[in-house]
Amino acid sequence: MSATSVTVPRTLADALRMLADSPEAAVLAGGTDLMVEFNAGHLRATEVVVVNRIGELCSWQHNPDLGTLHIGAGVTYSEIEQSPIAGWVPALAQAARTVGSPQIRHAATIGGNVATCSPAGDGLPVLSALEAQVHLASASGERTLPFADFMIGPKRTALQPGELITGVTVPVFSGWQGYSKVGVRNAMVIAVASASLVVAPRDVRLALGSVGPVILRCEEAEALIAAEADFEARRVSAPVVERFAELARSAARPIDDHRSTAEYRRHAVGVLAGRLLRRAFPNE
Amino acid sequence: MTLTTVSTTARGRLGESVVRPDGVPKVQGSFAFSGDLSADGFLWGATLRSPHPYARLVSIDASAAWAIDGVECVITASDVPGKLNYGLITQDQPVFAREYVRFVGEAVAAVAADHPETCRRALAAIVVVYEELPALTDPERAIDSSSTPIHPNGNVLRHQRIVRGDQSIVGPVTVEGTYELGMQDQAFLGLEAALALPDPGGEGVELFIATQWLHEDRKQIAACLDLPEEKVRLTLGGVGGAFGAREDISLQVHCCLLALRTSRPVRMAYSRQESFLGHVHRHPGKIWMRHHADSGGRILRIEARFLLDGGAYASTSEAVLCNAITHTQGPYKCDNATVDGWVARTNNLPCGAMRGFGVVQACFAHEAQMDKLGAAIGLDPVEIRLLNAMKTGDHMITGQVVESVAPVARAIRETAALPLPDEPVGGHDGDPMRLPGGAGLTADRSHIRRGIGWGVSIKNLMYSEGFDDYSTARVRLADGVASVKFATSEVGQGFVTIAAQIARSVLGVDDVVLEPIDTTVGSAGSTSASRQTWMSGGAVDGACRLVRERLFERVAIAHDLDPLQLAIDGTDVVDTMGTLRVPVAEASAGVSIEETFEHHHRPTEDLDENGQGNCHTAFAFVAQRAVVDVDPELGLVKVVQVATAQDVGRALNPMSVVGQIEGGIAQGLGLAVMEEIVQIDGHVRNASFTDYLLPTFLDMPDVLISLIEEPDPMAPLGAKGVGEPPCIAATPAIVAAIRDAIGHDILRVPVRPGDICLR
Amino acid sequence: MSSELYRLHVNGVTREVRDAWVGESLLFVLRERLGLMGSKGACEQGECGSCSVLIDDELLCSCLVLAAGAVGQAIVTIEGVAPVGAPNDVQQAFVDCGAVQCGFCTPGLIMAAHALLERSSAPSEMEIREELSGNICRCTGYGRIIEAVQRVAVARRAVSEGDA
Repeated sequence: MSATSVTVPRTLADALRMLADSPEAAVLAGGTDLMVEFNAGHLRATEVVVVNRIGELCSWQHNPDLGTLHIGAGVTYSEIEQSPIAGWVPALAQAARTVGSPQIRHAATIGGNVATCSPAGDGLPVLSALEAQVHLASASGERTLPFADFMIGPKRTALQPGELITGVTVPVFSGWQGYSKVGVRNAMVIAVASASLVVAPRDVRLALGSVGPVILRCEEAEALIAAEADFEARRVSAPVVERFAELARSAARPIDDHRSTAEYRRHAVGVLAGRLLRRAFPNE
Repeated sequence: MTLTTVSTTARGRLGESVVRPDGVPKVQGSFAFSGDLSADGFLWGATLRSPHPYARLVSIDASAAWAIDGVECVITASDVPGKLNYGLITQDQPVFAREYVRFVGEAVAAVAADHPETCRRALAAIVVVYEELPALTDPERAIDSSSTPIHPNGNVLRHQRIVRGDQSIVGPVTVEGTYELGMQDQAFLGLEAALALPDPGGEGVELFIATQWLHEDRKQIAACLDLPEEKVRLTLGGVGGAFGAREDISLQVHCCLLALRTSRPVRMAYSRQESFLGHVHRHPGKIWMRHHADSGGRILRIEARFLLDGGAYASTSEAVLCNAITHTQGPYKCDNATVDGWVARTNNLPCGAMRGFGVVQACFAHEAQMDKLGAAIGLDPVEIRLLNAMKTGDHMITGQVVESVAPVARAIRETAALPLPDEPVGGHDGDPMRLPGGAGLTADRSHIRRGIGWGVSIKNLMYSEGFDDYSTARVRLADGVASVKFATSEVGQGFVTIAAQIARSVLGVDDVVLEPIDTTVGSAGSTSASRQTWMSGGAVDGACRLVRERLFERVAIAHDLDPLQLAIDGTDVVDTMGTLRVPVAEASAGVSIEETFEHHHRPTEDLDENGQGNCHTAFAFVAQRAVVDVDPELGLVKVVQVATAQDVGRALNPMSVVGQIEGGIAQGLGLAVMEEIVQIDGHVRNASFTDYLLPTFLDMPDVLISLIEEPDPMAPLGAKGVGEPPCIAATPAIVAAIRDAIGHDILRVPVRPGDICLR
Repeated sequence: MSSELYRLHVNGVTREVRDAWVGESLLFVLRERLGLMGSKGACEQGECGSCSVLIDDELLCSCLVLAAGAVGQAIVTIEGVAPVGAPNDVQQAFVDCGAVQCGFCTPGLIMAAHALLERSSAPSEMEIREELSGNICRCTGYGRIIEAVQRVAVARRAVSEGDA
């Protein structure tokens, strides 16, 4: 076995320098995805840069003036699950509570979730619905991409060699927001279908997980609500809820696999969308 | 290497909830499981497995693997010195594949090297050329006589009919259905692992192994290694659960052979993925049943067809089929039956023993039928079952008289008397974690419907069809300390606790030393078939009684008494007709009394061509009632409560019995709603704990338990095995509750969300 | 297969690890290089909890921790929670309540229960279930384990109320 190294940088600058020197190095954050690959012998990186102890990445900043929350890539889902982040982005906290197990949530980071970019990634529908910005950095500079441009396929992202995800920025809305996830077990389960609904000041955003190659936004469904819902009275009619669910179903592009069928996924994501909408607009 | 040896001074006797003697080492992490054992200078062993469900093995070139630094040995079929095949009943599974591979995961070669990563690289360097063949994965096609045999022994592992009574009975009421079960994995947590130590000169080998049956392993290992059995010595390494999956050979021969070839200790340890491929599973099955009943609901005749998928090799498929078809009627009276049973060989994963052993499959079908029959007659699930409940003295459809205590009606009534959940859907606190979907927040209370269902079962205890699965124990009493020796595999069930309780009760001692569990004493048979409390308990009890007789003789001679009037009272020998009272410690001071006892159950018979014969030893019964909350629109289920009354004969350790019942229900729940090995064209799609889902803390309901203690006169201690029945009844009870909640039929387990909400 | 020497701080002791392969998990290093066999591996994917340890007071699956990346952190394993032969209250409750059968999941569950009870002195049943939901037990059906955790919580509260 070849000579190898594991480095644990404590500053972002150090990490970026190491990645510039070794663009092929594996970047390890919480380890909940990468270590599975190591353990199975599927990954044989010779250099690993461990990024879970970089202070700059492990913090968050709430900016009330801008109405935004910046979450460092190294913030764990166990932190996101709790106050104060849960108060600013409740849907993200709800998604966080469904991530793996307590042990996984203590390790798994939002940056890692975004980097892996599985269509079943629990936090991703919320980031999509919130229209999060993903911040990337390398030794040669920084850039920011909308989440929709960052995720380009199942487990495929716009991340370039030598680049590191440093965080995400999401808006802090006062309206209702929520997340729902279907799994076949009541804990520690990969999503078979998931959805996040966010009520922005004048519209709603619906994002679907596990029902397509990327997280899907449902623009037709969103437009329907913008036109038909009473945002003041939080009122929407039953036929509109049904139509909304149907539009979610038709937006889905699911596949059959060992976890479920395309037919069920399509059905389930419609049910989730309808129920989320009714929670957001409880009055008929 | 160090093995955990346990001794206990706890004073609990039979009937008390004595704590486990290995409990403290287990909670402290110092208990040595087989994967924890090591030895100086050891090598890691690893197995190369077939990626194809069916292929001709054209060539194997291991030269590149041999060339890797750190690789000490590569072995293939041509290195096997003795028998080339193993198997529990029929020796049809190759130690390493020769001409053909017949399932994904079949062993092709093994390596020994200095590090697990070196092993992985060595396996990757072995060049195997396969010529892929069309896989036979449909058991229905396998038993069609036109299918091409995939093994010299053919594609039918067993065909057995049961024909009893009047074959012309039809109706007046008939109900029928076809039921299916997916493939369940035992999923013990302690992965397959072993340490093999070669004797100098390669004359023999010592193996520390997690297994269910040391002596049967030894027999098969010795045959494959071409060594006399006495040159193969097995010691039980700590066993992290078994549930049937350690009854067959997995890595035993490979590990010993690598050690003999390298003259170094070899450790092997399967990964979870490898474990899924490397042991047998519960048989998937398809069962058709038609019940004929009179207009009052009494069963007149049952017709049934069973088709089980045995996978690529025989394992215990023949016996599993016998169990399945002979339990067609369930715990109900039935005098006329026509049953056609098949178990097929396919290119799917091999199947064999798992907790419930064929009866799980039968019970899922007959309990669905009982509900259908009740509905057809207008009786509720309790009424239809009470009406047909079997009693001692009734007949099985094999003609065998049920001589066991058979408190079926009592079990149903006691279960029905247990309280239903007092909480509304979602609980009083409205915690969404209580709803189906849990933290996924998929449902609100208004989306949920509650259902109640029943499962009642009969399960044979011990082995069947003429097999003498005896057990041996050796007990020595010296200076007030009893030493107990047996080869009974302690897999977690708690036989070590019971053995010490027996010794204390019979011999009046406080101190019991349990000697290492190994092959230096006679066979104990397998830790399976709910048999060890009865069989090895009987052996320990028998040996203790022989020792006690000799102790009484000594005391009688010393005090000029008739030994027959002596008894044990607490820790004393007492004269029941007089005043003598001598502490056992004093009576046994300076002596060593040792006796060995073999316990045999009564003989059983083979089934004849009509499936008639006294093939089983004894039976145990259980009733369960499940309450579930279902989200009909999403198809998600939360099991809220399981209530059960179980026929245990006598609860020798009530805490252990409760643990067996709760654990069994968890496995039955798993089969009901989540557990299935998914294979597509013979390829396994979910060989990991990420995708093979086991019940978690948030999936298990509250369990209410009533123990029915009617000691069985046939059982040495009055106690019946308690491990399998709870696992059998839970699946049909939960599925019946789901049907009750949603109002339509469910024919297959595990129940997938789409089975509930898409139709 | 060497990397440079690194040091881990385990159960209050600094331990050297030499000649390790880069991909080795903390679980592997604890067991195979440091001889701490109490942490168990049953899934290699963080899906069973048998390998749970505390790292800087957080409950983590050691199979998902890169050993060489855990330098400078305080690691506590099952061997570090109580001396051999002197089980702590959580361990004793598991024994007394019948929460142990095969025992393979037990060290991980002890660590998880310990972490829960350090944080919450009166956990509800649902809280216990959720906090321990990352630990799979195949033998017990969990009932006795919940009872054991509840028993410890009650006993600790009784002690602290007695102190007050």
